[in-house]
Amino acid sequence: MLARRYAYRVIGLLVLLVFVAFFAVPMLWLVLAPTKTDYQLANQSPFAFGSLGTFVHTFNRVINYQGQLMLGWLKNSAIYSFGGTSLALLAAIPAGYGLALTQFIGRRALLAITLVVMIMPATALVMPLFLEAAAVHLVGTVWSVMLPFAFFPFGVYLAYIYFSSTIPRDLLAAARIDGAGEWGVFRHVALPLARPIVALVAFFAFVGDWTNYFLPFVMTSPSGATVTMGLQILIGSAPVFSPTASGYSGSEIYRPDLAMATLIAALPILIIFLFAQRTLVKGMLAGATKG
Amino acid sequence: MVVSDGHASARRRRQAGGQRGAQPAGTSPIAGYFFVAFYVVLLLALGIAPAVYAIALALSTSGGLGVSHFVNTFNFFLFLPAFEHIATFEGIWLASQTVFVVILALMVHTLKPRVSAAFRLVFYLPGAMAGSASAIIWLFMFTPSGSPWAFILHAFHYQVLSNTVQPGNLPIVFAIMAFFTGAGGWIVIMYGALNNIPDELIEAAEIDGSSALQTAVRIKLPLIRKWIVYMLVLSFAAGSQLFVEPNILGVATNGEVPAQWSPNQLAYYLAFQQDSFNNAAAVSVDLLVIGLLVAVLLVWRGRLFEVE
Repeated sequence: MLARRYAYRVIGLLVLLVFVAFFAVPMLWLVLAPTKTDYQLANQSPFAFGSLGTFVHTFNRVINYQGQLMLGWLKNSAIYSFGGTSLALLAAIPAGYGLALTQFIGRRALLAITLVVMIMPATALVMPLFLEAAAVHLVGTVWSVMLPFAFFPFGVYLAYIYFSSTIPRDLLAAARIDGAGEWGVFRHVALPLARPIVALVAFFAFVGDWTNYFLPFVMTSPSGATVTMGLQILIGSAPVFSPTASGYSGSEIYRPDLAMATLIAALPILIIFLFAQRTLVKGMLAGATKG
Repeated sequence: MVVSDGHASARRRRQAGGQRGAQPAGTSPIAGYFFVAFYVVLLLALGIAPAVYAIALALSTSGGLGVSHFVNTFNFFLFLPAFEHIATFEGIWLASQTVFVVILALMVHTLKPRVSAAFRLVFYLPGAMAGSASAIIWLFMFTPSGSPWAFILHAFHYQVLSNTVQPGNLPIVFAIMAFFTGAGGWIVIMYGALNNIPDELIEAAEIDGSSALQTAVRIKLPLIRKWIVYMLVLSFAAGSQLFVEPNILGVATNGEVPAQWSPNQLAYYLAFQQDSFNNAAAVSVDLLVIGLLVAVLLVWRGRLFEVE
């Protein structure tokens, strides 16, 4: 009996370690790759460390590639993501509050529609959105990306759950009796209590916006490209993957450069992820704890 | 996710007190409209309008309304393969993700909090690589020369990238990419859900002689069932939209991965390479309908979102 229990433990630990390797090895490789030259990357052990000097050199190569294209991509991504997330918060937090804590005709219908569009495959709408944007001459502008980002039904749903399950109604009623108007109740009572949900909706919106590829790919001109699109442009300039790219001298991208560009592109999200794990769990489970 | 809705309980209280249909103290309907106004404008302009527009485009033919764009695209030689690809990919990905996420969450939940925190972080961090970053990382992982996984790739006699990403392997290749970025977040969420199970329940089972495995299967699993359905709904919707991964593999392999591999790629191809927005809209509507049907089915069968 004891031997069997021991065997189960060992098997369990082995399974865990296999998955640790699956998730950790690519991440480790990504950090180590830019410390090596292209030759070292192809010929040394994948886990060998090159040098810090090479890491800095690779960083500079990527940043200065073709007139600092990378900085432009990062700037575009930042504008779309911060703009989209801000607008999404402006729409989603009051809407979640309104759906949870006020009464109006059509409230349940609006809630049902929100649930449906939340699980609707959003990119299926990108093509018609493009035509809609073309009709009002927005294609190629920041609005063509930022406005679709602002529409974030998942955020409305999360805010709705939060407000309906954590804000005591008596508190709002007391504020009304004290003479606060509807806006005052929201602004001075509900909103200060809603910080966790603002953080959670901002987290999901920002991560979704930053990593989105299809929408900016369809909507923007080359000068409006995001960093996720930039990564694909860089692959197209890497002779190792695209032999036709080797014709332009000085503009080649090597494997360590690609790894460095990937690292730079993901860094903002990595940082947010490191700090957001607890918020994520707390927020996602907020609605379930009472169920 | 069962949402304990404030309105429902408030309504019960009001009904018990004989004040059927009364408004919560002081709220005016106008305030409600005011709070949802901006969201409703966005919903109409960016959710409903494009969906209606897509349906109208897909149905409008030279002779009035008709289904010829749906028939045309269905008969297009790249249509069925694209939907077959995505169905195979979703099947492999959703099945493996469900099994592994649940097993890993249950396993991590038996560890000491500090040890489990380290494991959870390792599983969860790759989520930051969603989209093109993950596609590029795995491009390197799947290239036999220089990959840390070369020993596995060589066992399959793969010598170059195009061996690994041969057509028959693509659903698995994309499933691995999706699992790498998607699983960790769900493991963390399932772990949180497991933590919400009262200790007394687990202890009672253990006192009754239940083994760790029996407790996991009989007590913990049924209690996180709704989260599993929730994960399936959101993952299915995300998976049906596959675009960036096949697109990047297409660039990296000089077109060996076709530019119409997934339905979304096909819609893009029809719109911008064939200049047929009507046909592209028809494919978009197909995707939309399938996505909605599956989501509604899962939501309904899984009794999710019991909001009111």
